[in-house]
Amino acid sequence: MSAAVSAPEARREGSGAAAVRRLFRERPIIPLLVLLALLVVLSEVVRPGIVSADWIGVMFRAAVPLAILAGCQTLTMLTGGIDLSVGAVASMSGFVVATLVNGPGVGAGIVVALVIAILVGIVTGVGVGVFRVHPLIMTLGMSLVVLGLANVWQLQMVQTGTVVPDALRTLGSDRFFDVLPYSLLVFVPLAAVILLGLRRTGYGRLLYAVGDNPIAARLAGVRAWQVLIALYVLSAVLAALAGFLVSGLTNVASVTLADSFVLPSVAAAVIGGTSIMGGRGGYGGTIVGALILTVLSSLLSSLGYPEAVRQILYGAIIVAVAAAYTRVTGET
Amino acid sequence: MSAATAPLDAPARPGDALAATARRNAWTLGLLGFLVLLLVFTKLIQPNYGVTGVKGLAISVLPLALAAVAQAVVVIAGGIDLSIGSMMALASVVSALLMKDQSDGVGVAVVIGVLLLGLALGAVNGTLVVLTRVPDIVVTLAMSFVWAGCALLVLKTPGGASAVWLKELVTGSIGSEWIPRAALTLIAVVAVIWIPVRRSRLGLSMYAIGSNRLAAFRSGVPVGRTKIFAYVLTGLFAALGGLSLTASTGIGTPVPGPYTLLSVAAVVLGGVSLAGGRGGVFGPIIAVVILQLIRTDMTFLNVNTNLAVVAQGAILIGVVMVGSLIQMRRTRA
Repeated sequence: MSAAVSAPEARREGSGAAAVRRLFRERPIIPLLVLLALLVVLSEVVRPGIVSADWIGVMFRAAVPLAILAGCQTLTMLTGGIDLSVGAVASMSGFVVATLVNGPGVGAGIVVALVIAILVGIVTGVGVGVFRVHPLIMTLGMSLVVLGLANVWQLQMVQTGTVVPDALRTLGSDRFFDVLPYSLLVFVPLAAVILLGLRRTGYGRLLYAVGDNPIAARLAGVRAWQVLIALYVLSAVLAALAGFLVSGLTNVASVTLADSFVLPSVAAAVIGGTSIMGGRGGYGGTIVGALILTVLSSLLSSLGYPEAVRQILYGAIIVAVAAAYTRVTGET
Repeated sequence: MSAATAPLDAPARPGDALAATARRNAWTLGLLGFLVLLLVFTKLIQPNYGVTGVKGLAISVLPLALAAVAQAVVVIAGGIDLSIGSMMALASVVSALLMKDQSDGVGVAVVIGVLLLGLALGAVNGTLVVLTRVPDIVVTLAMSFVWAGCALLVLKTPGGASAVWLKELVTGSIGSEWIPRAALTLIAVVAVIWIPVRRSRLGLSMYAIGSNRLAAFRSGVPVGRTKIFAYVLTGLFAALGGLSLTASTGIGTPVPGPYTLLSVAAVVLGGVSLAGGRGGVFGPIIAVVILQLIRTDMTFLNVNTNLAVVAQGAILIGVVMVGSLIQMRRTRA
């Protein structure tokens, strides 16, 4: 669709511009990597010597939870949805594990958290897929439900207290030889599964199909509701995994811990080239998007800008990148 | 679309007109009925519930009600604004900072200035949405960072003060003690701004572009300009929401409250379709009151307040599910 529309346009212009356009459209990850490299170079220029193996490890460690949560957004956005419940689910899962450490143990805590996440995903999926509730509303409502129940649980467990288990702390914050974070052990397989899954499996193509043209998908015999239920379960499980890592990284267990990740996770997916309207995008760009946001906020804080300026620039850059995409790909 | 063309209908008999109005506002009337039932229920479980309760209710719903109106306006025009909470925070800190230790006259100037600021913020949002052609949700999400950052630049920590007359606008009651000033202020402000717009050509255009953008464009509606106008109006209501925060708390807080997402919830409960072109602003206001009253009732019933949050979420999902089921049955029939 996009190729058919913009091909004549591209021919009209100079071949250089046309090449850039084609690059953006077909391999959006390359300009994104260029942007990321620019930010890394800029970090080095601002603070000479800052870019080191250690720094890279820290960046990866900070980017991993964001990249996983942005994965939830990427997958749901491909079908034209969005998942605003990732923050509540991630916080809940980290919190549940931390409350169960002193009783049933870490393993049991992780299982319980994952089971709750799956249940949340099933309810969300049924709401979106069967009852056709707008994903924004459905996930917003579910995040209120999860947050409220987590608070109730918190009051129940006041006596027990919370401990972030050593295993999660190691996984979330320690680094192999002080360079590569252990969280990559979780992230790399996950990313590989998502990347290959989207490209090579029937289910991955179904996500694109449902998002690109729901009517055509239905006429082709796709049962969208099954695809959507599986999708939101997957998204909730990913969010729970990210929650384990966040609580390990920050050594905090709180029912609102991951809330601040929700909007950046949408931003990372958008910067990564996934269309919020569905049917276009992929996880590769999202990973780079999460890295860009992480390096950017580290750069801005090393420049000594106050939080306020960082937020303003953050927002401005999201608009600029999204506008560049829309302009170049000619899609709205 | 029916809602949009409604003002053009010339009803033959007053009875018909009444019936038509009722049919058009069935959702709002249903909400109103539910609210009355809920009030009766509140009175039953808490016989003491009276003047103080109503006053407290009116003050506590005011900021969210204005946020819901702001959201409703832009959703009707087919957009969505995720920066409402941040705009409210910005308006609140600017007003609180400038009104501190100043006379009433300055206070009036500040209020006017903040309202103009709201118009400007909305204009920036709308212009970006129209010019970049990036989906509304992405632009306003990004702008929510920008406006929240600006609010932090103005005031790092909660501070400032509110002019006394502004505080008095939302506290106490007027005439009968059963009519809280906050409720009157809300209704007056919304009626003065929204009703003329709703009846004007621009209001009709807003419903038209929300209902069917292409059809509106082909009928000669200036789609871009109307969209920007909707965002400007949203900015104005968000600024009013910010002022109400300053007035009711007496200070300005730079960190945005939970108003953005709750406003989306209230809009949907209030009968405004997220697809655009349907609904009004009074439904969302009633929805906000209902949500708050349910919270109050749960405290009266000694239910854990956290379960009230769960109930809000469950009600949101439940109501929308029922709505979409009705819609599905209609389309199938």
